[in-house]
Amino acid sequence: MSSSHRVRVSVDVDGSRYVDDVEPRTLLVHHLRERLGKIGTVIGCDTSNCGSCTVLMGSADGEQHSVKSCSVLAVQADGTAVTTIEGLAGPDGALHAVQQAFHELHALQCGFCTPGMILSAVDLLRENPAPTEAEIRAGLSGNLCRCTGYQNIIRAVQSAATALRGAAAAVLPSEVTV
Amino acid sequence: MTAVVEPAAAAGEVGAARRRKEDARLITGRTRWTDNIALPGMLHLAILRSPHASARIVSVDVRPARRQPGVIDAFSGADIAEIQGSLPCAWPVTEDIVHPVRPPLADGFVRHHGEAVAVVVARDRDSAVDALEAIEVEYEPLTPVLDLAAASRDEGLVHPDKGTNRSYTWIFDSAQAGTGTDVADAAAAAEVTLHRQYIQQRLIPAFMEPRSVVVDPGMGEYTIWSATQIPHILRVFYALLTGVPEHKIRVIAPDVGGGFGGKLQVTPEEMIAFFAAQRVRRPVKYTETRGDSMLSAHHGRDQIQDITLTATRDGTLTGIDVKLVANMGAYLGLVGPGVPILGAFMFNSIYKVPAYRFECVGVFTNTTITDAYRGAGRPEATYAIERAMDDLADQLGMDPVELRRRNWIKAEEFPFTTVAGLVYDSGDYDAATDKALDLFDYAGLRAEQQRRRDSGDPVQLGIGVSTYTEMCGLAPSRILGALRYAAGGWESASVRVLPTGKVEVVTGTSPHGQGHVTAWSQIVADELGVAFEDVEVLHGDTRTSHKGLDTYGSRSLAVGGVALVEACRKVRDKARVVAAHMLECSPDDIEFTGGAFRVRGTPSSAKTLADTAFAVFAAHDLPDGVEATLDADATFDPQTFSFPHGTHLCATLVDTATGHVTIHRYVAVDDVGKVVNPLIVEGQVHGGVAQGIAQALHEQAVYDESGTLLTGSFVEYTIPSAADLPHFVTDRTETPATSNPLGVKGVGEAGAIASTPAVVNAIVDALRPYGVDDITMPCTPERVWRAIKRGGAS
Repeated sequence: MSSSHRVRVSVDVDGSRYVDDVEPRTLLVHHLRERLGKIGTVIGCDTSNCGSCTVLMGSADGEQHSVKSCSVLAVQADGTAVTTIEGLAGPDGALHAVQQAFHELHALQCGFCTPGMILSAVDLLRENPAPTEAEIRAGLSGNLCRCTGYQNIIRAVQSAATALRGAAAAVLPSEVTV
Repeated sequence: MTAVVEPAAAAGEVGAARRRKEDARLITGRTRWTDNIALPGMLHLAILRSPHASARIVSVDVRPARRQPGVIDAFSGADIAEIQGSLPCAWPVTEDIVHPVRPPLADGFVRHHGEAVAVVVARDRDSAVDALEAIEVEYEPLTPVLDLAAASRDEGLVHPDKGTNRSYTWIFDSAQAGTGTDVADAAAAAEVTLHRQYIQQRLIPAFMEPRSVVVDPGMGEYTIWSATQIPHILRVFYALLTGVPEHKIRVIAPDVGGGFGGKLQVTPEEMIAFFAAQRVRRPVKYTETRGDSMLSAHHGRDQIQDITLTATRDGTLTGIDVKLVANMGAYLGLVGPGVPILGAFMFNSIYKVPAYRFECVGVFTNTTITDAYRGAGRPEATYAIERAMDDLADQLGMDPVELRRRNWIKAEEFPFTTVAGLVYDSGDYDAATDKALDLFDYAGLRAEQQRRRDSGDPVQLGIGVSTYTEMCGLAPSRILGALRYAAGGWESASVRVLPTGKVEVVTGTSPHGQGHVTAWSQIVADELGVAFEDVEVLHGDTRTSHKGLDTYGSRSLAVGGVALVEACRKVRDKARVVAAHMLECSPDDIEFTGGAFRVRGTPSSAKTLADTAFAVFAAHDLPDGVEATLDADATFDPQTFSFPHGTHLCATLVDTATGHVTIHRYVAVDDVGKVVNPLIVEGQVHGGVAQGIAQALHEQAVYDESGTLLTGSFVEYTIPSAADLPHFVTDRTETPATSNPLGVKGVGEAGAIASTPAVVNAIVDALRPYGVDDITMPCTPERVWRAIKRGGAS
């Protein structure tokens, strides 16, 4: 059972700061789900194979990278900022381009792998804004889906890539003119 | 009402690629998985599982666990022996079936690795798991029975008290059934005989959401959330197994993350959680780890298939003789014995065969039980016949497509009564195959294959053919009864039109990824002339959906969708009477067009469903005899199965130096009848094909010689990632089913049924010049390489 030894962990999750005393052995995914109520992040395996628990993690003011939150201890997340699937949409509820593309292209069925798949895709597109099909397949190979055969997921990521590049391109001229 | 959206209704929602209503929650993480449920005062379970495949339990001492911090209760099978009973088998396929007792918590003996032995109930998950270590169990290990063939010969017994490992022998013989002639006569007269033995390896369904169950015992009124495909069936069995009256039990399947047959079960864990909640009088939750899931959730397939085809020299089939040994695992699952029997009707597939015999022996081994997995019996049958057809074509020196074409039922021959006694209502195998051959560039790939053979290319190309049909829409209740299944196969729907014209639909199906909320909304929109957005679909809670038989066997649309149509039409008939009264004419003068009730010949006089709904709600001026509700229920029991079919073609590149297989091209043309939502249909095909390819190339549940499951996680049980799968080319032909008013057939299992033989046929085809005529699945590089070495040709 819980040892008496606990460690203070402060982590920003989806824009809110949470300060808790946790057991050192607590995994980030369990901390998110059981302490912080962030149940949008799910657990699909015990061996870091399935990627269902993927979140974005990084410094509070810098880049965030995808991590499998089952392979990060909560104490390792101290001082970081984490984005889960619940914090990916804009504050007004506007869907992220990847979320929108998953919906438009029927890239989910049961939806259990979807939070992790979407967040992995977000990170993939951050690193590689114009991936080939092979690069997407390789880039998402740490996230397992049992329903879709991945084909529509690939399509969705390609579509989101196009949308995100379009948005980036659209921003530039307006900045120039203003 | 505002914006009745008549144009949309007129254009037809059915057939439109509607984006799913389900997605909004799932892509934003606002989900309701069972493991997300937290009730005040809820406790957590952890289960101690057997490390042995076969052992006598000498003693279990849970008292040390009870003394661990945070532990409220701990118990073993002996502690609940009086009440726990035996897990159900609803499909005792023969009168004299051997059906051993299967307590949810082992009592006296364990008979497979991972069987539940003891339980801890604690304040939180970690405390429960930690306390398992304090439980003391003494086992006397016994020699496990693991080899299926040896088990079928009773070399060692799984249940010594039963005296045999053979649970049942089930035979179909067309000569005895009067549906055909005798295979012995066909064999005696055969110009050509082909015998093959194929192995259906054991698979694990591996739905992504681990199973989870929450039981709230209330004050004797139980509410149970479970990650199940079958909330309605589960409720009945809870009542039968616990003695708690059915009306005091509510079962909810909230968001359920995949099933593929793997959640078509009444599980030990569901019963254990129930007994735990009863003991501690508080809500409890059990969520399995993936490791628990691999050990305890049922497995699939696992058959030894002996198939003999007889034919004339010109390639006309004269007989099919099948002998199966089917691994049941250590006990009988909910429908496990019936799974190979579903296959009994499918070995003859789409072919006209005069003589057919099928014999299946269900056999116990010291392994996890087997039961339904995507296709359930039909993929196994299709694999054997389609492998054998390619082998027969090779033996006859015929093109495998032409051999099939010579034997299949022609479009003009429907309805066709098969040698297995089923009546296929419709199909067009030529159309689907011709389309597939075109998309595939069959001739071009054959030429490419020849070039590689002629040049001795180390990378050989093979082409695999798979034409299939399946019996879907499970199922006509009378047929299920004749096959000794305990329940029926009907489905239920209720339609309630609310005063403002919005529509609530209650369905007895229980979706877990199939998109019923969307598809059902489309059907209702067309039937009632309401907007897609104005339909709410309720499911998976026995309090709101009190009647239903749930989701499996590609049944939901072909049975549940039809029930929904019938309920809508009853509502329309009621509304028509009200509309006629409002329009001051006879109901016979009303027609329902463009989403409204109109006076024939005076289309401007119209009332929408919403108009009638409010009139019924107000009830100020209803015609005599009309009730003040615009609701209807319908239950549909199909008279026959539905028969989707299709042609899948696979080209593989096989590196003969390494044994590595690459899927070079994959074309699937499926005929699932009328399509409600092409996006959903395409997605189902993709997922099914992926699982079938996984059986061909990637997956196998493996036990070692001690009966330990070696593939106990996703490290060893390698379900394919995006990097492991090819792009699929999918298309359809559309031959409507004539057996239901929607013309639909079902699509959930098609891809998994068709793809496995297509892939393995393609690998074998690539390697025939090397003397290879079989590779046991999964066709890993090592196995392919060894087959090439063993074949030893050229």
